[in-house]
Amino acid sequence: MFSSESLIKAHDLTKKFGSFTAVDHINFEVHKGECVGFLGPNGAGKTTTVRMIYCFSPVTEGELTVAGMNVSTHSREIKRMVGVAPQEDNLDPDFTVIKNLQVYARYFDIPKAEAAKQAMELLKFFQLEEKQTKAIDELSTGMKRRLIIARALINQPQILLLDEPTTGLDPQGRHIVWDEIRSLLKQEVTIILTTHYMDEAAALCDRVFIVDNGKVIETGVPQKLIKEHVGEDVLEVPFNEVILNALKKELPEADIEIFGDQIRVFVNRHGVFERIIKKFPGVNMTIRNANLEDVFLKLTGRKLRE
Amino acid sequence: MTENVNPSPSVSRLPKLTYRVWAVWRRNFDVFMKKWHVNFLPSLIEPILYLLAFGFGLGTFVTQIEGVSYIQWIAPGLVAITVMYGGFFECTYASFVRMYYQRTFDAIIATPINVEEVIAGELLWGATRATFNSAIVLAVVAVFGLISTPWFLLMLPVAFFGGLMFAALGMCFTALAPNIDFFNYPTFLLITPMFLISNTFIPLASFPSPLQTIAVAALPLTHVTDLSRVLIVGKIETLGGLSPEWLLFLAVFWIAIVTVLLFALSIYLMKRKLIK
Repeated sequence: MFSSESLIKAHDLTKKFGSFTAVDHINFEVHKGECVGFLGPNGAGKTTTVRMIYCFSPVTEGELTVAGMNVSTHSREIKRMVGVAPQEDNLDPDFTVIKNLQVYARYFDIPKAEAAKQAMELLKFFQLEEKQTKAIDELSTGMKRRLIIARALINQPQILLLDEPTTGLDPQGRHIVWDEIRSLLKQEVTIILTTHYMDEAAALCDRVFIVDNGKVIETGVPQKLIKEHVGEDVLEVPFNEVILNALKKELPEADIEIFGDQIRVFVNRHGVFERIIKKFPGVNMTIRNANLEDVFLKLTGRKLRE
Repeated sequence: MTENVNPSPSVSRLPKLTYRVWAVWRRNFDVFMKKWHVNFLPSLIEPILYLLAFGFGLGTFVTQIEGVSYIQWIAPGLVAITVMYGGFFECTYASFVRMYYQRTFDAIIATPINVEEVIAGELLWGATRATFNSAIVLAVVAVFGLISTPWFLLMLPVAFFGGLMFAALGMCFTALAPNIDFFNYPTFLLITPMFLISNTFIPLASFPSPLQTIAVAALPLTHVTDLSRVLIVGKIETLGGLSPEWLLFLAVFWIAIVTVLLFALSIYLMKRKLIK
């Protein structure tokens, strides 16, 4: 697993665009070999944070270091050891699949022969070998995404930044990307990923930072966070004024959130929901496993995927 | 608490350029070479059409200008226009597509190459494009037997530096362009007027004298045309009270100074646009 050596350190890290504060005095550390997730809705400041890590966006206030180097003064050194898979597709449409990797290798001064070898290995790993002479336009969304991740690995980075690696992919495409990320983690690459999918963070990350409005509102191991904040299970009931009041009376200690046309009940004790279901026969109630989305809802009172 | 002062990689510092500029230039060169036969075509066909239409067509009415035939007189104009178009259009439309639609700049900036180097690479590529295109037009002009001095070979370095000047001029507009249609403004308010009045097809001496002064003082193409004409035809005429020697001296310095200024300005403006 990962060592305690911290590779990335942010202290009071702040990014302002004019009067808008996108990242608001956040503090975090990422250890070597870890996979951490920045989890939050669109506009929470995830991408901006990632962009500061790879020296794309200048830091407004606070301090950010990568491998002990300040991002404001050592951008070249940092960029050499970081791989970036951005959210938007910026593959080079003027080149084929393999040429994309070779040209990108040239930006890192990787010698031609080494780049060619490296490119082939990456295409093999990402199951894109057969597509090597294809134009970018001919690739599916999932293939493009995998090629972007492959490209981010061309310089054999110590840190891999994945900005929403599976947004817009179908379920199958997501699982292929997940499997590939898991294999990378075995190779001791430190990964930082941003996502607004709770299940993705739970499936891949050793630790998550839940961000909202530019602030880290909670941090921890996904399963622990779920247990701590929402317990094991959640009860879902279609919204109804009478039932809501009955539930409130029945479970005064519970956290009850109204959520669109649904009531969600969070309780930290076992066996409570079974009793409630028996008490309200004829009402459509479901018990399901709690997830990170519930944590987010509980912490912010807002739906995440909005 | 400790106040951390960030030496921000701000817009004000002088560009930090290294050999990495080459990787950016090379990317564009590789794309160009993929379809070189298509890319060379306009530079080959256009001067032939102009020489036929203007030289032979209009040339039957306009017999002589400044002591040479009309077709001979416009040949250096065609080369100068090629320099302008090559540099300017490469770093407006083409650079804008790479920057905005393809996000190629963003992808490169995530590597050890910095913004300044990306823009410098684009500018040098624009200059290269102008040089390539000019070389073809020179060849066409040579085939038509319109070259009078061996000095015409010096037109290649002139095309490179003149091309760099127009590339940097174009890049300034690219930095200011909110969208691709914006380029209609500089194209029709600056490039097309220069095409017409910078001593290319019509002798500048025949325009009213305020216009002559503007063309010599402020229009970059005039200086490229002067150099082109002296290197191809072997002589230029006095203009706006300046002797040929002074005109050529002025042209070299004008291009040198303006190229340096526009080079720095375009990088400054692009950094302001791209670094957020």
